[in-house]
Amino acid sequence: MLYFSNLKIFSVLAVIIIALLFAVPNFFGKDQLETFPNFFPKQQVNLGLDLQGGSHLLLEVDTQEIIKERVENLNADVRRVLKKNNLNYSNFKVSNESLKFVVESFNNEIQKEIYELSMSNSQNILAMGDQTNLIITQEENIVQINFTEEFIKQSVSNAVAQSLEIVRRRIDELGTREPSIQRQGSSRIIIQLPGIDDPDRIKSLLGQTAKLTFQLVDTSVNFDPFNPSKAPIGSEILASDADEEFKYIVKKRIMVGGENLVDAQPGFDPQTNEPIVSFRFDRLGATKFGRVTQQNVGKPFAIVLDNKVISAPVIREAILGGSGQISGGFDSEEANDLAILLRAGALPAPLIILEERSVGPDLGADSIEAGQFAAIIGFIAVIIFMIFVYRYFGLLADIALIINLFMVLGVLSLFQATLTLPGIAGIILTIGMAVDANVLIFERVKEEIRNGSNMMNAVENGYKRALSTILDANITTLIAAIILFFMASGPVRGFSITLAIGIFTSVFTAFTFTRLLISFNAKRLKPNFVGLSKNA
Amino acid sequence: MLNISGTQINFLKVRVITFILSAILICLSIGAFFVNGLNFGIDFKGGTLIEIETSQEIEISGLRDNLNTLELGDVQVQEFGSSKNLLIRVEQQLGGDQVQQDVVQIVKDSLGSYLSTDINFRRTEVVGPKVSGELIQSGAIAIFVAVFAMLVYIWFRFEWQFSLGAVLALVHDVILTIGVFCITQLEFNLPIIAAILTIVGYSMNDTVVVYDRVRENLRKYRSKEITDLLNLSINDTLSRTIVTSVTTLLALLSLFIFGGEVIKGFTFAMIWGVIVGTYSSIFVAAPLLRYLDVKREWNTTSAVDSTR
Repeated sequence: MLYFSNLKIFSVLAVIIIALLFAVPNFFGKDQLETFPNFFPKQQVNLGLDLQGGSHLLLEVDTQEIIKERVENLNADVRRVLKKNNLNYSNFKVSNESLKFVVESFNNEIQKEIYELSMSNSQNILAMGDQTNLIITQEENIVQINFTEEFIKQSVSNAVAQSLEIVRRRIDELGTREPSIQRQGSSRIIIQLPGIDDPDRIKSLLGQTAKLTFQLVDTSVNFDPFNPSKAPIGSEILASDADEEFKYIVKKRIMVGGENLVDAQPGFDPQTNEPIVSFRFDRLGATKFGRVTQQNVGKPFAIVLDNKVISAPVIREAILGGSGQISGGFDSEEANDLAILLRAGALPAPLIILEERSVGPDLGADSIEAGQFAAIIGFIAVIIFMIFVYRYFGLLADIALIINLFMVLGVLSLFQATLTLPGIAGIILTIGMAVDANVLIFERVKEEIRNGSNMMNAVENGYKRALSTILDANITTLIAAIILFFMASGPVRGFSITLAIGIFTSVFTAFTFTRLLISFNAKRLKPNFVGLSKNA
Repeated sequence: MLNISGTQINFLKVRVITFILSAILICLSIGAFFVNGLNFGIDFKGGTLIEIETSQEIEISGLRDNLNTLELGDVQVQEFGSSKNLLIRVEQQLGGDQVQQDVVQIVKDSLGSYLSTDINFRRTEVVGPKVSGELIQSGAIAIFVAVFAMLVYIWFRFEWQFSLGAVLALVHDVILTIGVFCITQLEFNLPIIAAILTIVGYSMNDTVVVYDRVRENLRKYRSKEITDLLNLSINDTLSRTIVTSVTTLLALLSLFIFGGEVIKGFTFAMIWGVIVGTYSSIFVAAPLLRYLDVKREWNTTSAVDSTR
C-alpha cells in the first residue's frame, strides 16, 4: 500500500497543484491579476453579500391580485354577453375565483359565446391547443363560471415572468453594480444587490406598480375636492398623489395607457424650471391621445399613476405629435424615478417585500478580518497540538492541512461558489475536523505497532483498516452538509458548501498526500515518529 | 508526550450514573423549553433588526425609552460587542408583510433626530411573517430529515440495533443543544439550525467511529462478554475521540473568541454540540448497545451460533 507508482505520484501532485493554482488569485489584487499570463486562473472567491456588503430582497408577486383582475375581466365579459342576448340575470355574485348568477334560458349558444369571448381576451396566456380556460356549470337556472386551474396557474406564472423582467429593467436603469435577479419558487423573486446597503430607493421603485393611465376629469357634477360626494356611474373618486386629502372625480374609461409609451425622460420645464417627465407614445397611443385631446380642448385631463392623480392639466390644444410632459410638483430625483418606472413599464401585479437583509461594507470587512484572524489562530493551535501528539506524523498531517486549506480555497474559486461568514466558519471547522482522517490512521498505526507489527506493516495496515471507518465517519457529516445545502438559503448555504468541500479535500489529502509523504520516508520510519515512546 | 493509548477505563461501570445524568439534562431541557421557550431571533419571529455603530458612546436606556415612544411595540436595544455598537430589535408589526418595511425608515429617522453622533448603519434585516413561518418550518424539517437520514445510513452500514443506538444518542444531543438555548435564552436564529445540523453530523461521526470498532471487535472476539467488549471498543477509540474533539474545539474556540460578534451564537452552539456529542458517543451511544441485543455472528455464514 505504501508503494506509489510514478503515475500515481504524478496524478496526486497534479491534482494538488491545480487546486493550489486556483487558490493563488485570492492573494492578489484585481489589478495585479491583470499582469498575470493568460493561462493563469484569475477567478477569485465570490464573496457573499454578508462579506462584501450589499442588500438582499425577497419579493412576492401578489398573485391574489392577478386572479382578482382576471375575475373582474371575466365579470365584464359575461355581463356583456348576457346583455347582448337580452337575458335577465339576478343574484350576480363575484367571489375570489368564480362568478355565480341566476338566469333563465341559459343555453349552449350563450355558453359558447362566453367561451369564445373569454378565450379571445386571454389568448396570450393559454398554451396552444387548450380547448378552453373556463369551466361553466349549470344547475337548473343557477350558473357558475370558474377558471380552469391550468389557466390560473398559467396566468400567475406569466405575471411572475413579466414582473421579473420589469424588476430587472427598473434595477438596470438605476445602474446598480452586478445585480442578481432570480425567480424563486412559483411566485417569488430574489434580488441581490452587491454594494448597496441602503436599498430604500430600490424598494420604493419596486413598491410601485407604475400603472399609468390618462383619464378625463368628470366635469358633469359639482364636486368639492375635500369633501367628495358619491361618484356617478362610470366615474370614480381618486386622491391626489401629492395630497391624500385632495380628491378628483374622473371618468373610469381609460383613454390612453402606459402600455403605449415608448419613452420617458426626466427634464426641466424651460419656463418654470420645474422638474418634469417628458414622454412619447407609440403610433397607436399617439392616435388615441391626439383624438382625445382634439375632442376635449378646454377640459382637464387627469394623469393617473397607480390610482393616484399626479396632475390634471387643462387641455389647451390638440396634441397630435404623440408626445407630452408630466409636471406634478416633484423634485428631480422623483422625476428621474418616474421616468424609470414609465420606461420599464407597469408591473402586472403589486410586489410585496417579504424579507430584506442589508449589510454595510464596514461590517462585511470586519467579518472578513475577524474570520481570517480566527482561522489563523485556530490553525496554529491545531498545528501545534498535532505535532505535540503525533510528532513527525503530526507534522505531515499539518502539511496536509495547509494543502487542504488551499484546496478548499481553490475549489471555491474554481466553481465560483459563494463564500459567506458562516462559510468561513465552515472552513475553520474544517481545520479542526480535517485532521480526523489522519488521526484515525495514526491511531491505527500505533495500535498495530503495539500489537507487534514492524513500522512498515503497521503503516500499511493502519491505512487499510482505517479506510472504512473514515468513509463512514465522513459520509455522516456529508449527509448533514447536503441536507443543509438543500434546506437553507443565503449565508447558511455557504456554510454547507465549505463544509462539504472540506470533507472531500481532507479525505483526499489523507489518503494520497500524507501517505505519499510517509512513503517517501518509509524506510527510515521509527515508532516514535508517530508519537509512541520508544519503550511502547 | 500525550498518550491516551492503551487505556482500560471501565466506562460501562458508570453507565447508570451517566444515563441518569443524561435523563436529568434532557428533562431540564424539555422543562426549559416549555417554561422559558426559545428566544427566537427575527428569522423565526419576524421583525426588524438594525445594527448601528456610533462615533460616541450611547446611553442605552435613554435610546431605548426614546424608541419605545414610537408605538412600534416592543423595541429592544442592546450592546453588541462594544459600547459603540448597538443592536436594535423591533418586534413584528401587525398588518402583514408590507407594514414591516416602514419600520426601518421610522427607526432610522428617529435615531437621526435623537442621536447627535454619526451613525453607521452596519446591518438591517427585515423578516416578514410569511418568511419567518416558512423558515421555522424548513429548519425543523431539516433537523428531522438529517436525523432520519443518519438512521437509514447506519442501518444500511451496520444493523438496526446500532442505528437505534446512534439515533437515540443523536436525539439526546439535539435536545441538549436546544435545551441550552432555552436555559441561556441566547438568541435562536437561522445559523443555529445550521449548527445543530453540523452537530448531528459531528456527533454521528464520533459515534460511527466507536461503533465501527464495536463491530470489528464483535467479529474478533466472538465469546467476549458484551460489556467488556463495549468497554474495549471505547478504550480502543478513546485516543482518537479525544484528539479529534480537541482539534475541533481548538478551531471553534478561536472562532468564538476572535470571529466577531455576528457568529458568536453559532460558534457557541457548535462548541456545546461537540462537547455533548463527544460525551454521548462514549457514555450514551456505546453503552446503549448493551441493551439492544446486538448480533454476534457478523459475516460468518459458516460460524456456529454460539451466543444464543
